[in-house]
Amino acid sequence: MTAATGQPTATRPALRHRLAERGIDRALLLLVPGLIFIAVLFLYPFLYGVGLSFSPQQGGGPFANYRKFFDDPYLRNTLWTTFRLALPAALINVLASIPMAYKLRRPFRGKRTLTTLLVVPITLGTVLTAEGLLEYLAPAGWLNKTLLALHLIDQPIELVHNYWGVLFSLIITGFPFAFLLTMSYLSGIDPTLESAAATLGAGWRERFRFITLPLLAPGLAITFCLSFVLAFSVFPSAFLVGDPSGRTRVISIAAYHAALEQFDFSLGSTIAVIMTVAMLIVIAAVLAWRGTLYKGASGGKG
Amino acid sequence: MSTTVIDPVPTPVADTAAAPRSGRRLVGSPGTWLVWGLVAFFFVNLAGVVFSVLVSSLSVRWFGTWLPDGWTTHWYSDAWREFNLSSVLVVTAEVALSVVVVSVLIGLPASYVLARRTFPGKRLVMLLFLLPILIPPIAYGIPLATVLYKVHLAGSLTGVILANLVPSVPFVVLTMTPFIEQIDTKIESAARMCGASTAAVFFRVLGPLLIPGILAASILVLVRTVGMFELTFLTSGPTSETLVIVLFNNVLGAGIRAPQSVDAMAVVYTASMLVLLVVALRFINPTQLVTRLKDESTA
Repeated sequence: MTAATGQPTATRPALRHRLAERGIDRALLLLVPGLIFIAVLFLYPFLYGVGLSFSPQQGGGPFANYRKFFDDPYLRNTLWTTFRLALPAALINVLASIPMAYKLRRPFRGKRTLTTLLVVPITLGTVLTAEGLLEYLAPAGWLNKTLLALHLIDQPIELVHNYWGVLFSLIITGFPFAFLLTMSYLSGIDPTLESAAATLGAGWRERFRFITLPLLAPGLAITFCLSFVLAFSVFPSAFLVGDPSGRTRVISIAAYHAALEQFDFSLGSTIAVIMTVAMLIVIAAVLAWRGTLYKGASGGKG
Repeated sequence: MSTTVIDPVPTPVADTAAAPRSGRRLVGSPGTWLVWGLVAFFFVNLAGVVFSVLVSSLSVRWFGTWLPDGWTTHWYSDAWREFNLSSVLVVTAEVALSVVVVSVLIGLPASYVLARRTFPGKRLVMLLFLLPILIPPIAYGIPLATVLYKVHLAGSLTGVILANLVPSVPFVVLTMTPFIEQIDTKIESAARMCGASTAAVFFRVLGPLLIPGILAASILVLVRTVGMFELTFLTSGPTSETLVIVLFNNVLGAGIRAPQSVDAMAVVYTASMLVLLVVALRFINPTQLVTRLKDESTA
């Protein structure tokens, strides 16, 4: 608008109309509060953090923090520790969801109860899950007692304060999420496609392999991405049920430690940036693979 | 609501393919048994996790036996006093309610534009609203906490509220956009034809229609904020700790307090979350919601 103020009055409505034709009018002002908010509280801090990561507190050139991260094995290994937790957790959650969602995709009595129950662990959150796991999986906890009573093991197995505790907590909070997503993708596939295949004599294996799976695969890619993001940002449970100074020292713990315990905000931001980039690389790879898949209509509501 | 769950009439063609196996006969195929076995296994372990905490919070003493020696409820009053739970709950409620109100106020107009208009750069705007949900809270929380410390807001209630708004506003936008899309545009056009101004359309026509969606989004934001650990942890100070932070600190500092009183607090936390969840599920169906979210994220 400001550009048009100097113009003769006859062209002003014309410009307004031309802009309105392209979809720019006063209604877009409604977007402004949201955009300002995102810019001030998300983009600015994030870019500020990126800038901060290139100006190390100890000096040594803009890349000193990044060199430090990749040179220091204690810091570098947090990246692999995180991948070792997040990849298996996301894979288990997605792969277990496929057969279960496939079997339970049709309406049946109690389906709503089942989905309600599945939302519970998502609601409980990681802190409470961790507290519960600490007692349930403890050497004298119910799981070890049951296994001992069934003579499956001779002595209690250690499941908390190590890798397994964190993996279990990631599965308990992550599986319902992956399952519900997979279920909603499956319900977006038209069941008549499968019935048509069945009429032509395809068994359930062929139907699953050649009809359902190809239609489901793009959805599975998204499910995997979201599950991976959830698992990759593991923080409280790595502290509580893990071994936060050793085998489950994940990258978010390293970032927190650097920023808010050593007050090296620059190094903390560096680790946060590395964490974001690593996560985006995985997501980009999965989405690139997704781009090669069938993207046509699946016939359903999805 | 959902067609998949409530629709009592099964698709007739689909029935011929699979119903004999999953429907009436009691003897299922091995695959069905395996799937239900896995579901049962998951829920048995989940129940173990939840009930361990519940039983422990009610026990006098519990060392290495199946069930504790005796039962008591005094850990609850202990926890209430020791952790100063009433003031913690007030802080939690203040944070959660402010986040809900502000995020709806900011998010709703934006989602209206995103649902109704096409304009250059719309995909970029959508991406901007998607990023705070996709990027792990720790990754942007640390720079955010740094900035908040710089402007002396970290540690205060305002700082915690601001930090929690970052994922909440995009969440409102992403849940409300598909909700507004499904409202017939003819209603608005009719109102405009009768001479209603934009404000009148917004408050007297769209407003009442949007109430269910606003309620659903609000409750989801409420649940997320009460449960949001990372951002609150990074930005809270002694006077602005929410329930989940107090719980975390006491689980981490195990040994200082009796485990039962920490468990009692965990049960208080669980109970409040479950109440919110039950209320939330009266308004929404989880599978429907993720379908809508999916459509947005892939658009």
